Amino acid sequence: MTVIAVVLVFGFFTYNAQVNMENRGIDFGYGFLSQESSFDVQFSLIEYDGSHSYFRAYLVGLLNTILVSVIGIILATILGVLVGIARLSPNFLINKFAAFYVEFFRNIPLLLQIFFWYFAALRALPLPQDAEPLLGVTFLTIKGYFVPAFIWQNFNIFFYSLVAAIIAIIVIRTHAKKVQETQGKQIPVLLISIGLIFILPLLSFLIGGVRLSFEVPVLKQLAATSFIYEGGVSLPPELIALALSLSLYTATFIAECVRAGIQGVNKGQKEAAASIGLTQNQVLKLVVMPQALRIIIPPTTNQYLNLTKNSSLAAAIAYPDLVLVFAGTALMQTGKAIEIVSITMFTYLSLSIAISLFMNWYNNKIAIQEK
Amino acid sequence: MVRKSSGITSTSQFKNGISACTNIGTTTELNMRDFFNSRGISYEPVAFEKADEVVAAYDAGRCDTYTTDKSGLAAQRTKMKNPDEHIVLPETISKEPLGPVVRQGDSVWEDIVRWSLNTMIEAEEYGITSANADSMKTSDNPQIKRLVGAEGEMGAAFGLDNEWNLRIIKQVGNYGESYKRNIADTGILPDRGPNELWTKGGILYVPPSR
Repeated sequence: MTVIAVVLVFGFFTYNAQVNMENRGIDFGYGFLSQESSFDVQFSLIEYDGSHSYFRAYLVGLLNTILVSVIGIILATILGVLVGIARLSPNFLINKFAAFYVEFFRNIPLLLQIFFWYFAALRALPLPQDAEPLLGVTFLTIKGYFVPAFIWQNFNIFFYSLVAAIIAIIVIRTHAKKVQETQGKQIPVLLISIGLIFILPLLSFLIGGVRLSFEVPVLKQLAATSFIYEGGVSLPPELIALALSLSLYTATFIAECVRAGIQGVNKGQKEAAASIGLTQNQVLKLVVMPQALRIIIPPTTNQYLNLTKNSSLAAAIAYPDLVLVFAGTALMQTGKAIEIVSITMFTYLSLSIAISLFMNWYNNKIAIQEK
Repeated sequence: MVRKSSGITSTSQFKNGISACTNIGTTTELNMRDFFNSRGISYEPVAFEKADEVVAAYDAGRCDTYTTDKSGLAAQRTKMKNPDEHIVLPETISKEPLGPVVRQGDSVWEDIVRWSLNTMIEAEEYGITSANADSMKTSDNPQIKRLVGAEGEMGAAFGLDNEWNLRIIKQVGNYGESYKRNIADTGILPDRGPNELWTKGGILYVPPSR
């Protein structure tokens, strides 16, 4: 029954769309994707300008969406975990401050927050010519955050040294675990890891011929009162405002997941762990967190999905994400509404499923292994 | 449009690295690319979804210039914190004729809208205003008489009575009156430019009502 109903409903809509498009002389097809887009995009991770195809424009938008989502997820997770732990702090001030932050940011619509960070912060930022250098060589201005560009020589050697360090750390960790399980001895893994990750890349500078120089942004005058920084890398204020508001907003929900997770671990577990002589850190790391994570991961996955989908509000503040570039400009230039909206919907669906699959995999990995 | 304080008086003074605010979904994004590309100027396009956000961002100093249809620029300028600090540059970088829009497939309604506009423009040409429209019924000029419904049967062609055009002129006036009331007096675009009758050096030229 249900299947028949679904098929009928979809069939009706498809038929209806076909008839209407035929009446209006609109043809259906994805051929436009290879046509020249002839519009430029403010900010892209891959080489792009108007002479590239609509498909390339789609990739630009998709990568920008992924970029702001990844930045947002990382920042929101760090902030969310800190605030979640802070809410359980015995310190009254920290505790109440965290609670206030959560209640405040969680209860204001995200779009308003995005507008606030963009327009309020934008007005507060100085014009390029008035900007005081931040950290010596970076400039935070209304036109963006200008930072020096890294210019590498023999970057591949540096990269290999980093990879070697990471592999070495993994080997040592597995070895340390084995030693602990068989002999009960503990090896200071953390210290060794930190040492490796610094020493190996450092060696690549000293003997590997790796050189790093900076291209510092320089102020350039465009007209009597308009200036811009040239050279270096520019982070557009749209990206900064969007990443900031997305992570501040989502962090409140993650904080609540973390708090729930830690509180969900039976108090007896902590007391038992303490009674066998584990230190406070060991209790948290070995007993509480592994159990809390099982409670934290599933609702946090939801928040990651929300953040990714919410990033589509970018269009309001001109951050060139998938919705603005593809479902906005490209749609209006080509008029291929059904094609473009369907591609966009399918893309968000794929992104969400990819995140879900990864988080499910991680959740299974840390779940209780029943034998 | 640029800030007066920038000292820019022509698009020829634009330099590499200029940032330009606009909104998406118009031909503006394409025109902008054509313009900057043909002059070999690198630029940063900042495209918003809605015009209000463009105004807010440009006004805050995010962009050096704001581009859209000229009439649009003139209208948006009045929304700035201080409109006098901004000027619309004289160059027109693309042709953007604007007019009334009707839905496809209703040709009678399309005729009514088309001839309403034609009537207003022609009324200005013959000096018929909202004040003198009634007295024009006794004019000697048959073209004027047709425009105020005293002669001919134009209205019948699209199912209206014969004084449909008289009512338009009496209620909203001729094109010039309407322009003065809505656009010139509000300070949006006091100079009519090409929006002037063909007899006065503009490009407004409509077929006679008959």
